[in-house]
Amino acid sequence: MNRATFPHRLLPYLLVAPQLAISLVFFYWPAAQALRQSTQREDPFGLATQFVGLANFRAVLSDPAWLNALRVTVVFSAWTAFLSMAIALLLATQAEKLIRGKDVYRTLLIWPYAVATAIAGMLWLFLFNPSFGTLAWPLRQIGIRWDPLLNGTQAMGLVIAAAAWKQISYNFLFFVAGLQAIPKSLLEAAAIDGAGGARRFWTITFPLLAPTTFFLLVVNTVYALFDTFGIIHAVTGGGPGRATETLVYKVYNDGFVNLQLGSSAAQSVILMAIVIALTAIQFRYIERRVHYG
Amino acid sequence: MATVALRDVRKSYGTNAVIHGVSIEIADGEFIVIVGPSGCGKSTLLRMVAGLEPITSGTIEIGGRVVNDLEPRARDIAMVFQNYALYPHMSVFDNMAYGLRIGGIRGAELRARVEQTAAMLELTPYLDRKPRQLSGGQRQRVAMGRALVRGPAAFLLDEPLSNLDAKLRVGMRLRIKDLQRSVGTTALYVTHDQVEAMTLADRLIVMNGGVAEQIDTPMRIYLEPATTFVAGFIGSPAMNILPAQGTEQGVLLGAVPLALGRPAPGRDVLLGIRPEDLTVAPEGEGLPLTIRAVELLGADAYAHGEIAGGGEMVVRVPGKKALSPGARVGVLPAPGLAHFFDPATGRRLP
Ligand SMILES: Nc1ncnc2c1ncn2[C@@H]1O[C@H](COP(=O)(O)OP(=O)(O)O)[C@@H](O)[C@H]1O
Ligand SMILES: [Mg+2]
Repeated sequence: MNRATFPHRLLPYLLVAPQLAISLVFFYWPAAQALRQSTQREDPFGLATQFVGLANFRAVLSDPAWLNALRVTVVFSAWTAFLSMAIALLLATQAEKLIRGKDVYRTLLIWPYAVATAIAGMLWLFLFNPSFGTLAWPLRQIGIRWDPLLNGTQAMGLVIAAAAWKQISYNFLFFVAGLQAIPKSLLEAAAIDGAGGARRFWTITFPLLAPTTFFLLVVNTVYALFDTFGIIHAVTGGGPGRATETLVYKVYNDGFVNLQLGSSAAQSVILMAIVIALTAIQFRYIERRVHYG
Repeated sequence: MATVALRDVRKSYGTNAVIHGVSIEIADGEFIVIVGPSGCGKSTLLRMVAGLEPITSGTIEIGGRVVNDLEPRARDIAMVFQNYALYPHMSVFDNMAYGLRIGGIRGAELRARVEQTAAMLELTPYLDRKPRQLSGGQRQRVAMGRALVRGPAAFLLDEPLSNLDAKLRVGMRLRIKDLQRSVGTTALYVTHDQVEAMTLADRLIVMNGGVAEQIDTPMRIYLEPATTFVAGFIGSPAMNILPAQGTEQGVLLGAVPLALGRPAPGRDVLLGIRPEDLTVAPEGEGLPLTIRAVELLGADAYAHGEIAGGGEMVVRVPGKKALSPGARVGVLPAPGLAHFFDPATGRRLP
């Protein structure tokens, strides 16, 4: 390890100050606010506030709509993370095999990442609009009664596809880097030992990519939990019914649309706890088992 | 166990030809060493036999079967890589068992074969370790074990000892020779180290710039190098090679007549004499030499000097009789041990 050293004692603090200030203003302060609000009941005009202890939490945890949102979130996040990583890995392994046009292929694959979440959502919404969507028509031709505005499963499929599509580029970049770090001679040794392409992938490449996969799992879970709000907002608005209402979307809906500030704050505190727990579990139990070298 | 045959094997990367037609018939159980300077195409040749590089033209046969278009796994070979290429996420046991499992060997037989090979290489205590928990020498033995355990038709080894320190290298060199002899498997071994090449090989392929300059037993290559390149590459310190001229009595080196062999009178030749085939005599006898520097190795010393009329020459002398720089001596070439080469082609003259 090469440690940079600064001659001045104050300089390091000055250098991290902007980052700290941003975290303070945009994370710690709102988080503290949420914590405070989650124990209060407030009327929609903010005129009267009342301390209610854990009543908001009790109400949230026993609310069937919240439990539905939890289920939706688990399904949505798991599929989004799995699909975006699986497709990215497939593309990355294919890119490795290319001899010509590798760079063009890579560059093109990175572009979706530059598309803003909400725009990505609109794109998919238009492509799959039941009445004029370019890609809805072929779906109907092959016998699928395509109507995500009424069919909850199809709506879920659509937001998962949009969310996963957006994240593929990012995962692709990391998988390409991960694949390049695996010495060619290992795969050659396996080929001489008698392993065919598929077996080489599952017994050598995939296990050696584990650190990358683990890192991406954390990143994609957090992405699916939080950064997909724009997609859901643009594509389904949580509907139909509550079929695509995730925890984050419900926090927004209850707080900013329905103005139930106390309940919304309690939900966001629970969400925060979930993320902290998930990340802690991932690091504690998975990370330890994935590093070689 | 199998014979291996290369017939006019060539390789080009694009328009850049790196192997210019190598042919050799290797007998069953023979230990062949491919030796040459870095970049001469040794690894490329070996990798073509392994099936890791497609060949541009020619044929490769293993066990009488043309393998040109076969995948590595269909060639029944095992390879030891310079960096060992051990699977880092598997234990030593699993590294050695990997190929056997693919071959459908399971349970007690698998365990028995891995354990037997591990015992042969003194790896038994390390079977549960991961490669990163092993020393360089142990890793090297695991790489050997992984090749041995499968009992392939041929071993291919690409500079397997070059990452070991000098002492381990000598030990492993003897061991590899022993192992290969006891299992009797044909081996192709790549090295740039001429001592390794001389000590291991049944036959040597001396390569230079993608050409097999000479293929023969180590001793015949030492005694009758086919080209000036081989003469300079095999033997340490390198053979002295100096321009000379044929005369009625022998050769004329500078202005000094020497009674050594008889190239055609008047013909320009390159005269090669090994440092160990020269003896030092008092000044005035033989070839006058002015000593410039002396490398003292203990038993021997190498005296580097300049001959009258220009030209460098190295003489091996006993360590106890080491000369000092500045000394003027005469050197006497041992009769019958001089080599003559054609100055134009570098080929040996009869
Ligand atoms: N993949 C490749 N593409 C182009 N040239 C190569 C490639 N691999 C090797 N070469 C060239 O082939 C020659 C022989 O290389 P190599 O067989 O590795 O030599 P050695 O093992 O004797 O040191 C070198 O000049 C090298 O630059
Ligand atoms: Mg090499």
